[in-house]
Amino acid sequence: MALMKIVVNCETGVTEEIELTPAEVAEVEAAQAQNVIDQAAREAAETAKATAKASAQAKLTALGLTEAEVAALIG
Amino acid sequence: MQLISSVSVGVGGAATIDFTSIPGTYTDLMLVLSARATSTTATITVALNGSSTSFTSIYLNGAAGFAPTSATGTTLVGYASTSSHTASTFGNLSIFIPNYAGSANKTFSVDSVQENNGAASVNTTIFTNLWSNTAAITQVTLSLPNFAQYSSASLYGILKGSGGATVS
Repeated sequence: MALMKIVVNCETGVTEEIELTPAEVAEVEAAQAQNVIDQAAREAAETAKATAKASAQAKLTALGLTEAEVAALIG
Repeated sequence: MQLISSVSVGVGGAATIDFTSIPGTYTDLMLVLSARATSTTATITVALNGSSTSFTSIYLNGAAGFAPTSATGTTLVGYASTSSHTASTFGNLSIFIPNYAGSANKTFSVDSVQENNGAASVNTTIFTNLWSNTAAITQVTLSLPNFAQYSSASLYGILKGSGGATVS
């Protein structure tokens, strides 16, 4: 099925459904693919950060710090 | 707040929803969107005046307790419910664009939720965005491959009265 765009002219109130050109399809797909990649990278970085934090908390607890003391140090 | 234009996606779906020729007669703009994707791709992106460049964003995503994240160059403004989510659920977002017709760079904020009505993790996100462009905004384009039928978007104009009061 062809990809469509809905164009709403706010001046005239006319709404049109227009088939995307191949160039527009490529542009939309490229932008979306890049956003998915970027989002995955950001989530991976955040997950790695959370994992490192949990590891640090565990190591501090193993050293004898209480949970309150660990929280005071790294939140 | 006055409705400028509203549109509902038809049976064939749509890859973009494009509000053009936005009059510069309001003080601020508010765009509200109810969206579901026909595929598993959830990311909704925005373009202003046809441009997808010069965007900067900081956002906080509540999906997994993430810390605030900054992202340069992204045009991401939210997440639709997708084909992998509960049937007939729709995510939503609202974009607030103050002083859209002014001559300064444009800032805007976004609240976005990805509805699932189920146990799977979904995104609840708030964004602060900057579009480093001084042109008056006359076009707002939302993209998602592919907006499902019954997705809808409405663009509102907000007027400030001469005494600072909001005009209905």
